[in-house]
Amino acid sequence: MTPEGDVTRAEICAVACAEVWRDAGEVLASPFGTIPSLGARLALRTFSPDLVLTDGEAALIVGAPPLGAEPVREAAMPFRTVFDLLWSGRRHVMMMASQIDRQGNQNLSVIGDWARPKTQLVGVRGAPGNSVNHPTSYWVPDHSPRSFVEQVDMVAGVGYRRAAGAGPGATRFHHVHRVVSNLGVFDFETPERVMRLRSVHPGVTVGEVRAATGFELVVPDDVPESRGPTADELELLRNVLDPAATRDREVKG
Amino acid sequence: MADKRSTLDELVAELRPGMTVGIGGWGSRRKPMAAVRAICRSGVDDLTVVAYGGPDVGLLCATGKARRVVTGFVTLDSIPLDPHWRAARQEGRVELTEFDEGMLYLGLQAAAWRVPFLPTRAGLGSDVLTVNPRLRTVRSPYEDGPFADPLDHGAELVAVPALRLDLAIVHANRADAAGNAQFLGPDRYFDELYLGAAARRFVTAEKVVEEGALPAEGPLAAVTAHRLLVDAVVETPGGAHFTSCEPDYGRDEAFQRAYVDAAKDPQAWERFRARHLEVDEAGYRAAVREGAAR
Repeated sequence: MTPEGDVTRAEICAVACAEVWRDAGEVLASPFGTIPSLGARLALRTFSPDLVLTDGEAALIVGAPPLGAEPVREAAMPFRTVFDLLWSGRRHVMMMASQIDRQGNQNLSVIGDWARPKTQLVGVRGAPGNSVNHPTSYWVPDHSPRSFVEQVDMVAGVGYRRAAGAGPGATRFHHVHRVVSNLGVFDFETPERVMRLRSVHPGVTVGEVRAATGFELVVPDDVPESRGPTADELELLRNVLDPAATRDREVKG
Repeated sequence: MADKRSTLDELVAELRPGMTVGIGGWGSRRKPMAAVRAICRSGVDDLTVVAYGGPDVGLLCATGKARRVVTGFVTLDSIPLDPHWRAARQEGRVELTEFDEGMLYLGLQAAAWRVPFLPTRAGLGSDVLTVNPRLRTVRSPYEDGPFADPLDHGAELVAVPALRLDLAIVHANRADAAGNAQFLGPDRYFDELYLGAAARRFVTAEKVVEEGALPAEGPLAAVTAHRLLVDAVVETPGGAHFTSCEPDYGRDEAFQRAYVDAAKDPQAWERFRARHLEVDEAGYRAAVREGAAR
């Protein structure tokens, strides 16, 4: 067994991502990015065994194979039918965010003015629909004042105030669950539904998180540390799910 | 039976400046690239392109054919961003109608079903409604009575407008002379909806067989774009290159990298254009083979 001091930041992040799907039940877990993909697999192998994953193309797969391994496919899930799941709520997505703000708005469309962007990114993708139809979480591997901003340049994923402003059609199934970054875990469990620091990763101070955040975070009096992996989880992460340590390419240290 | 076998030249001859063209596939997967290359070679411009965007959008922007793009994203899948699309947007050379992915689906479906819109929650509260100020919301007419859902009382929903296309182009693994098309890969994407939404419907295919011969090529259940949805079929072997066309071939990652590198400077682009776009399909395939052999 590895001593706890050797646990890497990437492994802490993978566990924090896995926690996103705790108690999710039998839903489609749609992780974007290496560490969320690892987290979803870890959750499925441990405390959320009913989760369902895809092969990233057009099929549901059996269980949670290692990253990069050829999966056993069990059902067809072409893109058109993903919308059947999405719009019926049987899904919890963890998208990436180029920018995320205090209200939980997410942006992966453009940086700068939308009409003539400084940087054109991938586009809103399914973020508008995801965020008002089923639980949505975000993963930000490079927490900085450029990614955690006062106001995103383009609202793709809808945050709490925007959803409220759009009325019951938007709020009925809206739930921005968690934001996981390389520094900590965040939620919106405050009266004003603004971003709160839920835990800091081991080795990170609250001051460092504040300094890397471009807006006023809600910080409770006592901020716990993000939990580390259990011995079983560490074994799964290192020797089963990601033996090539691809997780270290997304988050260092 | 009408023989619907046609050519890329006949496809291009139907295009007029200002038309709205829907292009099937998804990202860098099963795109009708031979048809896209033919459009790039043509004199037609000022097009509105509706697509789940990949290098089709990148090429039509780089060659100045697209005036507007209607999409939820542009990506090359294994390479997240298309540099030709980014440059066109950042330099203000192309207009964008940015929809949520699901909205694009519903817009095509609405056009295929001949209804003016379909309602959805997707888009509510997002800047998709801000940057598309002509999008409208609707309120459910079922506020009371047996069809009412009290939890949606007073709910406004986005009315996704029908995305009517002048012309649709999709690429299939197989087609027959009558206009039936067969998709042998894992995903049909939204291709039948593009055909349903369009006034003129073209299918390009790896191989075109005689009417009735498709069951010998693969499952009948894979013939999902039947001849009622198709006006013309064009045989274009390798016609999705360099995007994937499973199970016939995967994405040509090395070529895709060369396509990306061609965005680095005007000289690189001119070399790419001369070698791969200013030639017909036979010349293109020869250049690809020669490039791969080097």
